[in-house]
Amino acid sequence: MTAHLISLLVLLPIALAAILTMTGQRAPTLSRRLSLGGAAVLLLVSVGLLLGGHGDTPRVIELGSWAAPFGIVWVFDRLSGLMVVLTSIVALLSLIYAIRRDEDSAGPHFHALFQAQLFGLNGAFLTGDLFNLFVFFEVLLLASYGLLLHGNGRKRTRAGFHYVVVNLIGSTLFLFAVGALYGTVGSLNLADITLKLPEVAPDAVPIVTTAIFLLFTVFLIKGAAFPLYLWLPGAYGYASIPVAALFAIMTKVGLYSVLRVDSVMLSGNTIGGLVDTTALIAPWLLWLGLITLLLAALGVVAARFLRRQVAYLIIASVGTILIALGLVTGPEREMAISGALFYWIHTTVLSAGFFLLAGLMMRHRPQAGDEIEAAPPMPHAILVGSLFFAYAIAMAGLPPLTGFFGKVIILSAALDHPLLAPIFAVVLVSGLIMVIALARAGSRLFYQSLATPGHPADRAADAKGPMPGLAMATLPLGLAALMVVGAQPLSSWLDQTAGQIAQPAGYLDAVMPHGVLQPETAPGKFGQDVDGGHH
Amino acid sequence: MTNLAISLLIGVLTGAGVYLVLRAQTFPVVLGLTLMSYGVNLFLFTMGRLHTAAPAVVGATGQSADALPQALVLTAIVIAFAMTAFVIVLALKARAALGNDHVDGTHIAQANRVIDRHEEPRA
Repeated sequence: MTAHLISLLVLLPIALAAILTMTGQRAPTLSRRLSLGGAAVLLLVSVGLLLGGHGDTPRVIELGSWAAPFGIVWVFDRLSGLMVVLTSIVALLSLIYAIRRDEDSAGPHFHALFQAQLFGLNGAFLTGDLFNLFVFFEVLLLASYGLLLHGNGRKRTRAGFHYVVVNLIGSTLFLFAVGALYGTVGSLNLADITLKLPEVAPDAVPIVTTAIFLLFTVFLIKGAAFPLYLWLPGAYGYASIPVAALFAIMTKVGLYSVLRVDSVMLSGNTIGGLVDTTALIAPWLLWLGLITLLLAALGVVAARFLRRQVAYLIIASVGTILIALGLVTGPEREMAISGALFYWIHTTVLSAGFFLLAGLMMRHRPQAGDEIEAAPPMPHAILVGSLFFAYAIAMAGLPPLTGFFGKVIILSAALDHPLLAPIFAVVLVSGLIMVIALARAGSRLFYQSLATPGHPADRAADAKGPMPGLAMATLPLGLAALMVVGAQPLSSWLDQTAGQIAQPAGYLDAVMPHGVLQPETAPGKFGQDVDGGHH
Repeated sequence: MTNLAISLLIGVLTGAGVYLVLRAQTFPVVLGLTLMSYGVNLFLFTMGRLHTAAPAVVGATGQSADALPQALVLTAIVIAFAMTAFVIVLALKARAALGNDHVDGTHIAQANRVIDRHEEPRA
């Protein structure tokens, strides 16, 4: 039963995508209901599975009952469950917003692409096989190309081309990495590779090391880390609003892959007994995170449009999470992962909400859109301004909202780290820069607006009609408030999750209960002739 | 000898692909992506080691080829094919929308004029 529910997380969206391709144009109301219902079911099932304790020990689903490493496995543990919950929350927010503001009818097949995107995301979070991960990456990317171009527009087309080309190059690198790993280690199953890494022949060690670095390069392209983040502000800044909100989860796919592969495959492992992999990637993550965070803070200052500013805030959060993941070689390993996860939930939900708020401002400020310039006041300016204020506080990491707590946990995990000074300096200075930039944006958008005498005919503020979608821009703040109120149970749950991530033995036991198969039954180590399908 | 030829081929395909991807027009970029995907598909295929006259069935003859890279490369070919089709359509769309085939859509002011002139009668 549990296995079926877990499979439902992946199979329901793709079934719906197939149905919606047919109903999309003919029955728009039915399509909306199906799409919404699908996302709601995903949320209920994933939350139910986590609350029911089904992720406490990793649960393995063998596709076609082929045991690992011969078949593809999906693994449901707390980390992948949490990611699916986040995906469903963000998906529901942006779907309801799209329907309330009628943005889904700007082009054909919005809902089919949306469900295909959810299929790719959930599959990538659940799979325990590197080639299967590649396939799910391609699914979610192809759907995201379609969604990004939803609704046309010249700037969107240009940004879309950059996004597509960068990701296609990333996919090619991914295949090189996967191929090199298979050719040397002889497996594609993550757990099997982990167990086989120490037995790699000495002459293959440089190839394996290169492949691992290539693999993380690909993850960091998806995760938008320095120097590979330049595609993100354009793509997110010009996408239609519900799509940009959904994309808040997209960078997290890259970060999830970094965390998963690093914690299972590399921590406490060696390549052929020659290269210690525990600290192979983490120092890079730390430094790249520091640079990403600093440059993203400057991008927040430089942005002229609110949507681009939010896009740079997303990059800043990627930097912060990378710093936390880079701390995992330190003594406070579990605390760093727990802090990263807390910040992760916060930034995913809130940046989606911030995009929705920017979308409301874009639509209700006829002259200026979301450009950070003074304009005649918009309707509900006080309410929208207060929401902006709350989002700014949360995203910049000021108390009393969630960004602050996330950063506190991450920084306290860094207290014993040798690079304590640069970490504190960068996190605090970039936080200050972002506060200044957001304060300036807020005063331009709201205080100066009030002082601008608009033409009476243009007084949008006089039209106090309902503002569809406002609830969806408010709801993430409610979730953030819940996270603060329930910080104690949440962080103790996250501590246990971090413990599960930091002890990959549980994952390995679940996927490969009998350990590596002996060479008699599994030939094909490096240097020998390969004479059988052993995957 | 075969090994050397295949590795040279992969290298040349990928190198030419990288060069073309760095060009400023969309068409060479699309060609470059295609060449890179050819290179990586060959690379994946050779990861099962090169055999001649060895079927991908265990026990049929003395020596058998690894069937898995063949399955992988089939998947990769299908995906690369779909992506190429998509990126060609996107490049054509960008050419139509931006009025030029530069990857950044530069000369955008000129492009705007062209588009405005075309769109004005309809507006």
